[in-house]
Amino acid sequence: MSRVTRVMTTRSRRKLLIPFFTAGFPDYRTTLALLKEAVKAGVDLLEIGMPFSDPMADGPSIQHSSHAALQKGTDLRQALRLVGDLRKTTLVPIILMGYYNPILSYGESRFVSDAARAGADGFIIPDLPVEESLDFRKLCDQAHLSSIFLVSPTSSEGRMRLIAEACTDFVYAVTVTGVTGGGKKFGRETSDYLMKLKRTLGKPFVAGFGVSSAEAAARLVRFADGVVIGSRLIDIVRYSDTTRQGVRSVGRFLRAVRKAVG
Amino acid sequence: MAADRRNRPDRKGRFGRYGGRYVPETVIYALEELDAAYRKARRSSEFRQTLNAFLSTYVGRPTPLYFADRFSEYLSGPAVYFKREDLNHTGAHKINNTVGQILLARMMGKKRVIAETGAGQHGLATATVCARFGLKCIIYMGEEDIRRQAPNVNKMRLLGAEVIPVSSGSRTLKDATSEALRDWVTNVRSTFYIIGSVVGPHPYPMMVRDFQSVIGRETRQQCRRQLGGLPDYICACVGGGSNAIGIFSEFLGEQSVRLIGVEAGGLGLNTGRHAATLTKGKPGVLHGSYSYLMYDRDGQIVLPHSISAGLDYPGVGPEHSLLKDEGGVKYVSVTDRQALKAFKLVSRLEGIIPAMETAHALAWLVKSRKRLKKSDKIIVCLSGRGDKDMPILESLGEFDK
Repeated sequence: MSRVTRVMTTRSRRKLLIPFFTAGFPDYRTTLALLKEAVKAGVDLLEIGMPFSDPMADGPSIQHSSHAALQKGTDLRQALRLVGDLRKTTLVPIILMGYYNPILSYGESRFVSDAARAGADGFIIPDLPVEESLDFRKLCDQAHLSSIFLVSPTSSEGRMRLIAEACTDFVYAVTVTGVTGGGKKFGRETSDYLMKLKRTLGKPFVAGFGVSSAEAAARLVRFADGVVIGSRLIDIVRYSDTTRQGVRSVGRFLRAVRKAVG
Repeated sequence: MAADRRNRPDRKGRFGRYGGRYVPETVIYALEELDAAYRKARRSSEFRQTLNAFLSTYVGRPTPLYFADRFSEYLSGPAVYFKREDLNHTGAHKINNTVGQILLARMMGKKRVIAETGAGQHGLATATVCARFGLKCIIYMGEEDIRRQAPNVNKMRLLGAEVIPVSSGSRTLKDATSEALRDWVTNVRSTFYIIGSVVGPHPYPMMVRDFQSVIGRETRQQCRRQLGGLPDYICACVGGGSNAIGIFSEFLGEQSVRLIGVEAGGLGLNTGRHAATLTKGKPGVLHGSYSYLMYDRDGQIVLPHSISAGLDYPGVGPEHSLLKDEGGVKYVSVTDRQALKAFKLVSRLEGIIPAMETAHALAWLVKSRKRLKKSDKIIVCLSGRGDKDMPILESLGEFDK
């Protein structure tokens, strides 16, 4: 059984908390410290962003962290090294998020096998919709890694089912139409949409994009099986006076969210 | 073979292995909606009639095919003809496409229009049709391009468009396109995204080609009347590649017509400072399609360079990628310096100030004049006028001499 499957089957009614960090932001060592701090705060999965020069699904925070990480020379090899370093101390599943071109350039097959060897558990590629992903999914299946696709408020019911079928373990639900970040308001429209997903997907799903507080997270997990928090964590690190303080603040924030989502 | 070509792309938006739809899930529905609306419009005689009426009375089509007598004489070789897209309303071929897309936006009931622009010609053409149809218009433009193409920015604002400066990355067309896509992902339900070239996710490369193919259809008729047959060469500049596809599309598969696409060689192909995507790039994914692209060893997009804002883009349309692989079009490049020289030369010889983009196509003729035969008849797609390029010339000190 894969690490992701184990988490999904043993969680019972526990809601999943998934933090997102950009590899190499603000630097390699701090990313590692942030990820370890998140594990201590009791998160269920880790999402690591592999920086790309043109992140078209991302808002200002993750654009900033990606740009800064690239300035530090972060590449796919470093992101995989980060996974390997993290694996020495934790069994929490690690999902890699990245845009398609760097993966194509690395070589899809080589990338999937190197990621598996480093200890990664799955992938999210926001600019690779299900229709274009057949080859990549086959590679993931062979390596026993999860492929996770995004479903959006604009997805038709037919597509929701198609996406759920393509996802191993769980589906990633984009909360509202838009890019990542921005502290979104989740009103009636969002809850209606999440309830529709529950009826349609037939698979667990986590909600993400614009989740910026413990309250927002708690509200979403009334309908979803978990939440992903990214931009807010990037902002905490970015606006902290020192990186040590940033790591501590992230830990404090994640513990508060953990408590709120149950 | 010709029939096969006419069926491109396939239903999944593939030109051979190129094209497709590499976009966030949120906009997939909008692409499906657009694809359906466009297929319906294409079959509708009413849509075609409305489009043709606007092309003739608003845009000013057909544009003439002009014999460039003195430029031909200078080359002391072939007979060169200009397909005068610079005479279109707003001064470039871009409006052929924006008129088509705005009619679609209206048909689909969209109230808000967004677009990206490099040289500002597409932004201007979009702002123009938005003013004409009373739709809200937002143009994304890189800060660097706002500086070097200032006259167009003022025109867009005068037409009622909001021009949003983009300060990320290279602050040019690539980043303006990313920002427009982010806007679309956010406002997808209300917003029509008018893409300005044969790039982006399916159906854009197909749809923009179809709207631009009016250039090729007219040219073919004009050749029959004025040249008494097919030309020997057709030459066009290639950034994203819409004017080139537009004129090439009606001549693909004609064995006797050699098609030449001229890319921006910037400071030189070996300097790393150019925008010659087909010449120096390799297939990859950016802004929604699989096509030739300029990126580094880690798959990060490389900042392109060109004197011309309209060619300063690290990607190219997927159909061009296929045509390169198949050999149906020959892709070459000229440098900034060669383009600038041709820009000034043609201004003096013909009394026509070409766009800096177009000057690349003209520069290829100057560069290749010794290899061309006296009997050759050559069509250059004169894609736009150069008024907008005065700030570039000023910054190079061209008026101080």
